[in-house]
Amino acid sequence: MEKTKDNRAWFLVIPVFVIVAFSAIIPLMTVVNYSVQDIFGPNERFFVGVEWFKEILHDERLHEALLRQFLFSGLVLLIEIPLGVAIALAMPKKGWAASLSLVLLALPLLIPWNVIGTIWIIFTRPDIGLLGATINGLGIDFDHTAAPLDAWITVMLMEVWHWTPLVVLLAYAGLQAIPDAFYQAASIDGASRWAVFRYIQLPKMRGVLTIAILLRFMDSFLIYAEPFVLTGGGPGNATTFLSIHLVKIAVGQFDLGPAAAFSIIYFLIVLLFSWLFYQALQNVGKGE
Amino acid sequence: MNLTFENVTKMVGGTPHLYTADFTLGRGLNVLIGPTLAGKTTLLRLMAGLDQPTRGRVLVNGRDMADVPVRKRNVAMVYQQFINYPSFTVYDNIASPLRRAGIGKAAIDRRVRETADLVQIGDLLDRLPAELSGGQQQRTAMARALVKDADLLLFDEPLVNLDYKLREELRAEMREIFARREAIVVYATTEPLEALLLGGAVVVLDQGRVLQTGPTVSVFHHPQSVRVGQVFSDPPMNLIDGVVANGAAMLGGGIRLPLIAHLSGLSEGRYMFGLRANHLSITQGSIDDVAVAATTELAEVNGSETFIHVGHHGTSWVVQEEGVYPLGLGRPIQVFVNPRHVFAFDGDGMLVAAPRRRAHGLNG
Repeated sequence: MEKTKDNRAWFLVIPVFVIVAFSAIIPLMTVVNYSVQDIFGPNERFFVGVEWFKEILHDERLHEALLRQFLFSGLVLLIEIPLGVAIALAMPKKGWAASLSLVLLALPLLIPWNVIGTIWIIFTRPDIGLLGATINGLGIDFDHTAAPLDAWITVMLMEVWHWTPLVVLLAYAGLQAIPDAFYQAASIDGASRWAVFRYIQLPKMRGVLTIAILLRFMDSFLIYAEPFVLTGGGPGNATTFLSIHLVKIAVGQFDLGPAAAFSIIYFLIVLLFSWLFYQALQNVGKGE
Repeated sequence: MNLTFENVTKMVGGTPHLYTADFTLGRGLNVLIGPTLAGKTTLLRLMAGLDQPTRGRVLVNGRDMADVPVRKRNVAMVYQQFINYPSFTVYDNIASPLRRAGIGKAAIDRRVRETADLVQIGDLLDRLPAELSGGQQQRTAMARALVKDADLLLFDEPLVNLDYKLREELRAEMREIFARREAIVVYATTEPLEALLLGGAVVVLDQGRVLQTGPTVSVFHHPQSVRVGQVFSDPPMNLIDGVVANGAAMLGGGIRLPLIAHLSGLSEGRYMFGLRANHLSITQGSIDDVAVAATTELAEVNGSETFIHVGHHGTSWVVQEEGVYPLGLGRPIQVFVNPRHVFAFDGDGMLVAAPRRRAHGLNG
């Protein structure tokens, strides 16, 4: 077939270009714009080059927040992925029980993020909260507003309760896609329950688990609303994760330049780690 | 070596999937033929020991298998889907049943390579299943089944998910491989042609009942009942009611068949006559042929054949013709019937007279 050249075809690309420009390029460039200038007022601005980036990279509190963030995301992955897979394996395969457990599991995913924080504030209150009062009633002193460790435990609990269902749903879908003949073949081979999991179910779930790990990493690395509502980043700075720190700089102190530089670094970190995870998971299982 | 089903009934959740199956299979190839939902997979699962009969007994060499667990039975199975361990190479996949059996490394290596060569994947041993074509994946699954010298080799429609070129190729290879095995091979299929090409013995299954057993070719030529004729013909056998009186068979719509050859012994009465599609023609083949006036309803071209559906006095027949016939629909057409090819069944649908077979193969 002969190719014809018609420059009017470019018009067809315009809608996409406009949408991408408004949704991604313009906001991003605005941030870049802020990150290289010192802005005092509408007509008072100075170009400062990479000054803000230097300042941010040497910020002690940012280092602490970053460390905290990695610890948090690491724990999230270590707990939610195995727990999610375990729950998916234990779930009924078909019938009304399967539908019921899916609906029950999906409930936390349907609650608005800020409401989650509020629910957990009430749930863990030492005086009237179901969990808080019970634990304190057992003689254990538990208060997430006072003790950093308690605050961490509470935030982790909330996060696991909120997001493990997503991992379960993905893993469950992966398991359901395995034809029954695989299990028959395994029982004819005399494979143990562990061998079935290790050599059939796990490799067959590789695709969905890659997605689950990427989603949970990105999401937990960007976490904001729930701990903000629950602890406000405290006590002290104990639960001040990156985005909470960022908002403190940008909105609390109105330091737009450093905040913008921070945002760009933040974005690059997420991008880099997502890519690393993706690459690693592509190779796992393939090379076995 | 033999496998016997003794009045085996299998109920699943209150619905019977198999009714009082009672038959014996010997070593060599046994084809299990039946339409979908006939109970083929149920039967295979019972043979493998994956399920237990609700009533009746499954015996191997006269021994009741009820309390022998699946992994203690020397069984191998190949499925419709290509079942291999996804994270194992072809080599490790084939070796897995042997490793479980605790065989020495050198012996495993020799047998894996032998079997891989047998199914022609000797050069793919380092690949992962995901890197293979469908045909190669199924060859790997077959190698896994063949490698361990199972007493019972079960194949559940292993070729349905492959294209027809590959199916023909694999079918021919399997036939050779089976011939050299000591095992009882059971091969489930829905296709009469596949059953005939594989040969061996056959078990005809329909709606959970075993209708007939025997050597494949003789069952094909002597279907005990109308239903066997239907299941073991593709397209299903054409059927027409008729009456034998005054030295001729009068079929619906005023067709008069002279009682020649095998039909000459028919006594007077009502019959059901059956005709395979390949024995109907739109051209006259011999002087015995009887012409029937019909109307074309549909012409399906299938490769180098055409299936011509014709209507005749409210019944629909299928005519199978070599070659491609672009026919107009709703046109009058003459269909030729040769009385020498007509099956006669009695009022209960049981075979009364079958065409005599000529010397050459499938056309009988």
